[in-house]
Amino acid sequence: MTLTKSPTLTHLRELESESIYVLREVAAQFERPALLFSGGKDSIVLSYLARKAFAPAKIPFPLLHIDTGHNFPETIAYRDWWVERIGANLLVRYVQDSIDRGRVVEERGFNASRNVLQTVTLLDAIEELKLDAAIGGGRRDEEKARAKERFFSHRDDFGQWDPKNQRPELWNLFNGKKHIGEHFRVFPISNWTEMDVWQYLYQEGVELPSLYFTHQREILNRDGVFLAKSDYIPMKPTETTQEMQVRFRTIGDITCTGAVLSPASTMEEIIQEVAASRVTERGTRADDKRSEAAMEDRKKEGYF
Amino acid sequence: MEGFSTAGYLDMELLRFTTAGSVDDGKSTLIGRLLYDSKSIFDDQYDAIKASSEKRGEEYVNLAHLTDGLRAEREQGITIDVAYRYFATPKRKFIIADTPGHIQYTRNMVTGASTANLAIILVDARNGVVEQTCRHAIIASLLRIPHVVVCVNKMDLAGFEQEVFERIRKDFEAFSAQTEIRDVRFIPISALLGDNVVDASKNMDWYSGPTLLSLLESIPIRTDLNLEDARFPVQYVIRPQSNEHHDYRGYAGRIVGGHFQAGDEVKVLPSGQTSRIRSVDFGGEALEEAFAPMSVTLTLEDDVDISRGDMIVGANETPTVSQEVEIMVCWLNERPLVINGKYAVKHTTRDVRCIVKEVQYKLNINTMERVTDDKSVNMNDIACITLRLTKPLVFDSYQSNRSTGSLILIDEGTYNTVGAGMIL
Repeated sequence: MTLTKSPTLTHLRELESESIYVLREVAAQFERPALLFSGGKDSIVLSYLARKAFAPAKIPFPLLHIDTGHNFPETIAYRDWWVERIGANLLVRYVQDSIDRGRVVEERGFNASRNVLQTVTLLDAIEELKLDAAIGGGRRDEEKARAKERFFSHRDDFGQWDPKNQRPELWNLFNGKKHIGEHFRVFPISNWTEMDVWQYLYQEGVELPSLYFTHQREILNRDGVFLAKSDYIPMKPTETTQEMQVRFRTIGDITCTGAVLSPASTMEEIIQEVAASRVTERGTRADDKRSEAAMEDRKKEGYF
Repeated sequence: MEGFSTAGYLDMELLRFTTAGSVDDGKSTLIGRLLYDSKSIFDDQYDAIKASSEKRGEEYVNLAHLTDGLRAEREQGITIDVAYRYFATPKRKFIIADTPGHIQYTRNMVTGASTANLAIILVDARNGVVEQTCRHAIIASLLRIPHVVVCVNKMDLAGFEQEVFERIRKDFEAFSAQTEIRDVRFIPISALLGDNVVDASKNMDWYSGPTLLSLLESIPIRTDLNLEDARFPVQYVIRPQSNEHHDYRGYAGRIVGGHFQAGDEVKVLPSGQTSRIRSVDFGGEALEEAFAPMSVTLTLEDDVDISRGDMIVGANETPTVSQEVEIMVCWLNERPLVINGKYAVKHTTRDVRCIVKEVQYKLNINTMERVTDDKSVNMNDIACITLRLTKPLVFDSYQSNRSTGSLILIDEGTYNTVGAGMIL
């Protein structure tokens, strides 16, 4: 069994291999996993990897979308197209239902967002569907609290994360053992950066939502964050919108996803832009600007 | 940004390294410097640490705050856990496992070291090789990190003197000769001022070697994996049960050693059945060949009974199959190891149970001396122990394969990961 040539693996192939390994561990170690799908590029990569991991069989777990109701219409259209394309099974749970049932109270004011409310809908869905693992597209490079996240992240029976008491994770040995009522969050693309995600999507020729590419849009500039004009975002009397040439670096709830000024219309141009960028992608997210430990606090409560 | 051409970036290699050190060594400053000088720190991150430094009344922007992720760590100015950092240059992508260096965090160092190709050991030029340096070297040796780079830091506070650097190099070499470390390099640096981190020092003409970053970019890493002995732990069995793929039965897993291709004679362990590889599949397509560390799916010519936890190896290969293993264990939990206690074991994709038969000795991790008069194994201790298993494991020594030679012990009551084992 001698080698004909010296084999090398590019970093993208190595990351791909690692993530597929993690996804297969989830399928092997858990009874009822689900893959959290938002329609953003990270969850697109994740579901694309899941399809590769189990081909030619179907992905052995459903995709789960926690829908705030405050979506870009493009996201929902893409979601339905993508799910069909990869032959996955999609479940949707709505924040509106949690509000109607009195589980959560809608935020008020100009910066009101349903982003935080998603946590309750997610935890309710985990309980209702009896999920024991929720697979997410979180990456350690996104934010400092995520830098210490495990691949297999244990949650207690309240769905909470205890960052100071995490299970050690060594080599590629993932411990998914748990007591009744507890569950895991699993992050197969932990080691990817924003750049890796873009490069991989480009390399694989994956078609993405139009929101990621440049387009004309009515924009509201609020405290330096460029928000899309939307019925879900109440405007202050002094605020106005203007037509701008923008694209989105992340896609989340419309009320807290900021656009960037950009002429990038192809994957190559986006990659060049990411390489030259001087602000992290989360710098365009209003939800992380609430305080220095905003992400850590939301994660402890059970956020994605 | 020049060099980040689309094609160029697709071709990069991945290097995982670990840094061990305490606050005083300037470890966080060094990482901050690597990220800052390689332009991997973004404006909003820089603004955040600047605000954070000002809030604490610090005179300058403290690059160390970049690596302090959790609120408690920022408040106490310490690093509690392993934090992962990412940066890339046009040549390589880097993953840093940043770990605290104090003895009470041995378990974190071991965790960070478990996946690293390279370890950076920081030595304060004013203090020379101290107990902590030896501890870090021993951990790098035990965890078989293939490359070690000793950064003699704070050279600015030692007058940039060559003699200081040479003495530390001699002292370290004298110590590391007793360990399994094979590749060790030395660089005189000042993390605070940036000398020899990314840019060559203007203060140390006598040093003609590479800067830290150019060493990280160029050190050969491909041969760090075992490319000889074919090893494939079966992770998951793929059976589509669709009309199109009615008879498909694929064994999914990650190659952790060697190389597989269609036609290869293989053996399934522990059963010992033999067969031949029909195809090496990936994402629904057949590959010509596959090698470590690729995740693939193997199909075999014969209908063999295989499930998760079995290992497919080359037909002529002989990993050990045994119900007894001797390991070096690093204890990770507040509850001490129980002699004759039962634990769950995870090894490759196999789950078994074990009983701890014997503690042979503990290792003094500052001196490498074997301690036999005290056999209590507490958190952060490293000890040589013997396990008796309920079912056989298929393994190699950790020295020859870091994947098939490692295991974890799990407490059966709390389900916590309590021990990290390297098979001897």
